Amino acid sequence: MTTMLVLSARTLHAPFARRVEELSGQNPYACYQCGKCSAGCLFADHMDALPNQVLRLVQLGDESVLDLNAPWACAACLACEVRCPRGVDIARTMEALRQLALRAGRQPAALRLEPDHPQIALVGATRKVTS
Amino acid sequence: MSAAPTRIAYFPGCAMKDQARPYEEGALAALAALGVEVLELPRWNCCGTVYSLSQDDLMRHVGPVRNLVRAQTMGEPRLLTLCAMCYATLARSERFVREPERLARINAFMDDEPDYLGGVRVVHLLELLRDEIGFQALAAKTVRSLDGLRVAPYYGCTLLRPRAIGVDDPDMPTVMEDLAAALGATPVPFAERGECCGSFLTATSPEVVQERTGRILASARAAGAELIVTSCPLCQYNLGAHRPPAMPETPMVYLGELLAWALIEGACVPEPLRSLPAADACMGASA
Repeated sequence: MTTMLVLSARTLHAPFARRVEELSGQNPYACYQCGKCSAGCLFADHMDALPNQVLRLVQLGDESVLDLNAPWACAACLACEVRCPRGVDIARTMEALRQLALRAGRQPAALRLEPDHPQIALVGATRKVTS
Repeated sequence: MSAAPTRIAYFPGCAMKDQARPYEEGALAALAALGVEVLELPRWNCCGTVYSLSQDDLMRHVGPVRNLVRAQTMGEPRLLTLCAMCYATLARSERFVREPERLARINAFMDDEPDYLGGVRVVHLLELLRDEIGFQALAAKTVRSLDGLRVAPYYGCTLLRPRAIGVDDPDMPTVMEDLAAALGATPVPFAERGECCGSFLTATSPEVVQERTGRILASARAAGAELIVTSCPLCQYNLGAHRPPAMPETPMVYLGELLAWALIEGACVPEPLRSLPAADACMGASA
């Protein structure tokens, strides 16, 4: 099977990439795909695309990124934020993608509540699945 | 390292009045013994627990900013937190509203409150102890030693990241190890001490938190930890509730419990410490 990738000025700097940039405050094109974020991500094993791949899809203006579970597997621990040599806070990009998915009516990660969950867990998780 | 600070406003947050009550009791008793006057905000609300990472939802900064307004109304320039998550949320929102346009919009929204004028400094307990009281002064105030107990501090995320508000170097933190040493413990830095426990994923993906917890606890055990100390109620919950069934339990206490034990004459030995050999020795020495 072959994959065709079309690179064009029409998709680069596309409205979708600009929207993600606006919401996250992070320039997706600052990323040069070194993969350091993915190498250090504690949750990458549970993602259907690695953090650097998520950012690549944003660079390419590919809105299918909103259907991935990767943003929902991110715990916003910021290990990537302190390590990125280009100063991109990918946790913010992940948050922007969660927000865009929620605002587009896509289903968020489901809450699985237990009676012994402390408030701090409930408020934190609820905030991540609501917009 | 100079004279002890006299007073500081204090934001407890939900956990300190509930599952982390021993943290608050211990920390407040220890601060009183160190001569710090701690003034709890007369009214406070949830900090939001997780800092909003997107640029357009100013609504989520209203909670933290309301708490800053309360400190400002008291005339206090600083606001103390014990909880690591409250610390990060309040400290980050305080920085977020340094931009005048954002602050103006939030003040306009909160028209039932006095305007927040900016400038309240959010301080974590560890910063207060290290930067104002000093660990040498702290060591001089101990009434019993931890007697070489192998104490492994677990930092988690929000004390260290992002770098702009972290209380120490996110890659190589030492503040809690230095504190443990000042109290007479043998600090045990372990590889996973700054790695995330899974945080709020506990309410969406508990299996991920269990995997993380297993790795963190295994790392502490491999380093020879006899006791784990945390300053985050959510870390403490996750490490306790999601310990893999086959893994033996490592006792775990909040930072405040450790302080009270070392600084307060006749303080109750925290439950997790009672079975340790060092606990008996120290109790005997203080009796």
